[in-house]
Amino acid sequence: MIHMAETKVNESEKPRIGVFVCSCGSNIGGFVDVPSVADYAKTLPDVVYATQNMYTCAEDGLSNIREAIRKHNLNRVIVASCTPRTHAPLFQATCESAGLNKYLFTFVNIREHCSWVHMKEKDLATKKSKDLIRMGVARARLLKPQEEAKVEVEPVGLVIGGGVSGMTAAASLADMGFPVHLVEREGDLGGFVKILNNLYVTEKSAAETIKPLIEKVTAHKNITLHLNSSVKSVEGFIGNYEVGIAPKGGEEKKYKVGTIVVATGALEFVPEGLYGYNQYPNVVTLTEFEILCRKKTLPKLKSVAFIQCVGSRGQKMSYCSRICCNVAIKNAINIADNYEDMLGVMEKQGTLVDKIPVEKKATEEILERRRRRRGRGTEGEGDAEEVKLGPSEKIEVTVFNRDVMAYGVEHELTYNKAREKRVKFNRYTLDHLPKVFMEDNQLKVTYFHETLKLERTMPVDMVVLSTPLVAQPDAGDLSKMLKVPLGQEGFFLEAHVKLRPVDFATDGIYVAGTCKGPADITEAVTQGAAAASRAATPMAKGYVQAEALSSVVDETKCTGCGTCIEVCPYGALRKNEKGIAEVIVAACKGCGCCGATCPEGAITMTNYTDAQLLAEAKAALQEEV
Amino acid sequence: MEKAVMVIGGGVAGIQASLDLADKGLIVHLVEKTPSIGGRMAQLDKTFPTNDCSICILAPKMADCFSHPNTNVITYSEVIGVEGSVGNFKVKVLKKARYVDESKCTGCGECLEKCPSKVVNDWEMGLTTRKAIYIPFMQAVPRVMTIDKEHCLKLTKDKCGNCMKACKRGAINYEMKDQVLEVEVAAIIVATGFDVWDPTPSTEYGYGRYPNVFTAMEYERMINAAGPTHGHIQRRSDKERPRKMAFIQCVGSRNPQVGHPYCCAVCCMHATKESMLAREHYDDIESTIFYKDMRACSKGFYEYVERAKRDYGVRYINSDATVQENADKHNPIVVYDVGGRQQSEEFDLVVLATTLVPKKETAELAKLLGLKVDEFGFLESSDRILGPGRTVKPGIYLAGYAAGPADIPESVAQGSSAAAKAVEAIAQAGG
Repeated sequence: MIHMAETKVNESEKPRIGVFVCSCGSNIGGFVDVPSVADYAKTLPDVVYATQNMYTCAEDGLSNIREAIRKHNLNRVIVASCTPRTHAPLFQATCESAGLNKYLFTFVNIREHCSWVHMKEKDLATKKSKDLIRMGVARARLLKPQEEAKVEVEPVGLVIGGGVSGMTAAASLADMGFPVHLVEREGDLGGFVKILNNLYVTEKSAAETIKPLIEKVTAHKNITLHLNSSVKSVEGFIGNYEVGIAPKGGEEKKYKVGTIVVATGALEFVPEGLYGYNQYPNVVTLTEFEILCRKKTLPKLKSVAFIQCVGSRGQKMSYCSRICCNVAIKNAINIADNYEDMLGVMEKQGTLVDKIPVEKKATEEILERRRRRRGRGTEGEGDAEEVKLGPSEKIEVTVFNRDVMAYGVEHELTYNKAREKRVKFNRYTLDHLPKVFMEDNQLKVTYFHETLKLERTMPVDMVVLSTPLVAQPDAGDLSKMLKVPLGQEGFFLEAHVKLRPVDFATDGIYVAGTCKGPADITEAVTQGAAAASRAATPMAKGYVQAEALSSVVDETKCTGCGTCIEVCPYGALRKNEKGIAEVIVAACKGCGCCGATCPEGAITMTNYTDAQLLAEAKAALQEEV
Repeated sequence: MEKAVMVIGGGVAGIQASLDLADKGLIVHLVEKTPSIGGRMAQLDKTFPTNDCSICILAPKMADCFSHPNTNVITYSEVIGVEGSVGNFKVKVLKKARYVDESKCTGCGECLEKCPSKVVNDWEMGLTTRKAIYIPFMQAVPRVMTIDKEHCLKLTKDKCGNCMKACKRGAINYEMKDQVLEVEVAAIIVATGFDVWDPTPSTEYGYGRYPNVFTAMEYERMINAAGPTHGHIQRRSDKERPRKMAFIQCVGSRNPQVGHPYCCAVCCMHATKESMLAREHYDDIESTIFYKDMRACSKGFYEYVERAKRDYGVRYINSDATVQENADKHNPIVVYDVGGRQQSEEFDLVVLATTLVPKKETAELAKLLGLKVDEFGFLESSDRILGPGRTVKPGIYLAGYAAGPADIPESVAQGSSAAAKAVEAIAQAGG
């Protein structure tokens, strides 16, 4: 539903422009000859009033604007002062309070553009101020009053992904009082975390740790759970999305939601062909190792080697996966402390199955994971070779790393703890990658000792490969459906890497957790709550007001080629039933991409029309009159 | 929802929390200790990994936060008392007299020229002086002056009065008194940020003894165009610009001997940025970074370091390092070791990546609020896995560096996350 804000301006009136040149104390006045600039402004076409103020933004400056609008019947106002970023809303509000539509206001920045950057060239700073005001006047003459569209927001949220960040987002929105649809494609909540052994170095299992959150989400009266389901279609724009959700093999049902949180998580990179993975026995990934620990099915080990950055930081993937060092350290401490507890039942009894592929003895969970990833069926398990071993000795743990990413307080202290427990950390470089091989039925690692400058070989019983988190292979589908971007690595790309970490550039859609890049559980949970806050804002307000800076399609010129729809970064264009481009005003940011691309010249921007911009450009090229 | 929330600390985390709450229609009282909001981010030159100008991207947020119809930004103020519980906190705020009427001052700066006092400029990390009446930085919000009563001749000796004469708007008021405001709020967010650790006690780096050893924060101000040297990198000893620079990491961090065994989580990246910027200022400058582990582990960070090596010629040496000096030219000499062998190399200027510590006052505030701090003074979450930012006190939440090392996007996310928790609490209480 769209409401139009009221406005009062008679379009047929001839422009009557007022120009207010600000000294900003000495900020402008010290470097620009403000009186001469104001005098010059009076000579420009349609300028009926021009003056100077010490501070246009101070109350006397503002009342000067209001009075002049009434007294001189101004229908355009130009303030030449500082930056629109900070002061445009103030001057626009002042115009509106005097009955002038705020889109008839023009800002000319003679502080940042003139006085501050040309402090040593007062004449030129003054001349440039005049030039900029001449351009402003040229544009102001062609301005038209605009109306702002107000769009109601459906106060229902959608969260895609039932891992920890998605659950946190859903629980937060629900606790704020908004109904939420939580869509998870698996049969259980908990995402990646639920299969892990423990989180940080804690006694509790990972499943036990996140159980309260799962219970809360499951029981919450405001949350509708869609397990074994996925999002099939998304139509609409902020406040008014229609989302199709379908259970596996079932029928798609449509739901109306106002905002969307994407929290679809990530996968562990499969190191096929690297460091003997899938080639030698007892070479596993970090997650597989966690599963062995959790299921208490470790084979008997005397020496374990972790290799970090397998497939990351320039090996296959270019990025650092942030979490694997700390996960490896946690596992190193776990086995240094509790190795006996995690042994398989057989091993505890003294007979054990040793030095045989994990695959042949690992739990069904690991086998199932590997099969799924490779897309092949179950193979014959074969009989395990049984070997007798003497009593176990203290286990030796070595972590081959490049830089240990134990950032912050807790990770660094845990890293120190690992070293106290005699976990060895050996640094390697890309010039000397460690090698994993099998010799005399013994798994071995060769590495380069950086201090001794010598190659060393050590026998190990198990090699754990720390591989990076990688984007979900189908993230692209969701990205297209929602019209939000993916970065180079396939992770979702936030609106601004510094200041908008959980927003997409498109209003109404937000992002949290590892689907936007590797994060530990604390960070994923924080992002989940942050995304909930962002998603709640338009719903709490109940409406969004679109600035009147959108594009406008001339239906008589549009051929329906669809180019504008492709280039729009905000998904703000669609084809209407006549096959002609249509602007979704609430989603449009007025960037102008569509206007610049349209081969028919059928799209213009309100308040930045071609005529206005050309007039401004022509004025720029004119000499001072 | 018509309840109010207090945010303590006007850095980027506090600003984000305030905006998130105000946009939802809640009233926000943002209490900031210094004369301007903006916090540490406003003090930085650029931000990694995009090398965006820090104040340029922050200033619009500061302006939005200050001018938002639902915010009440109380600067130059401190929380001095808290009573009550979630839903009904009564907070006492000491609003220090700034001797300038905030509603009249436009920050024009006419008074500055007339003020005779010179005071060490903390904002510029002591690299220059300011006047007793001052605005901490050009883009300060609110853009109003503050009189530093310790150094004002009028207030200390009843002499001068120049600023009052200079002010055409009659904004100066020497009679102004401290005020205690009482504010009722339903929830409180604490985002008090960090301090930069003073490396003087770690004598092995020579800071304070060798003139050409700087802290990273000093360097940030120095390379800032609005800073004390207008963006020129200058040695303290002779004002010459350096050609060879060294950056030493983990100064005072990852060091149990000085009480900070933790990693400050941002200095690998800011050193990388600072070395890149040096090259952007002078294309013949050579930078070397001495590091323990290069913790470039967020989105785009590893690639950023690779770019510094490849396109900016930054040399990375994996070693601890200490500093000596060639006394002739005051050239710092960095002593380090590679492969167990000690090496030394002379530089023109050394930048120390000093660790970041919670603000001293955070400990007092924690006591006042009944919050727990860890052994290093960081505010503690009650459940660091599922409830980061929640505290032992219902209705009080944490954001930003005060709750542990965090970079800008993490602080922003924590600001939003804390806002979410405050709204949840208010909604749950039937607000």
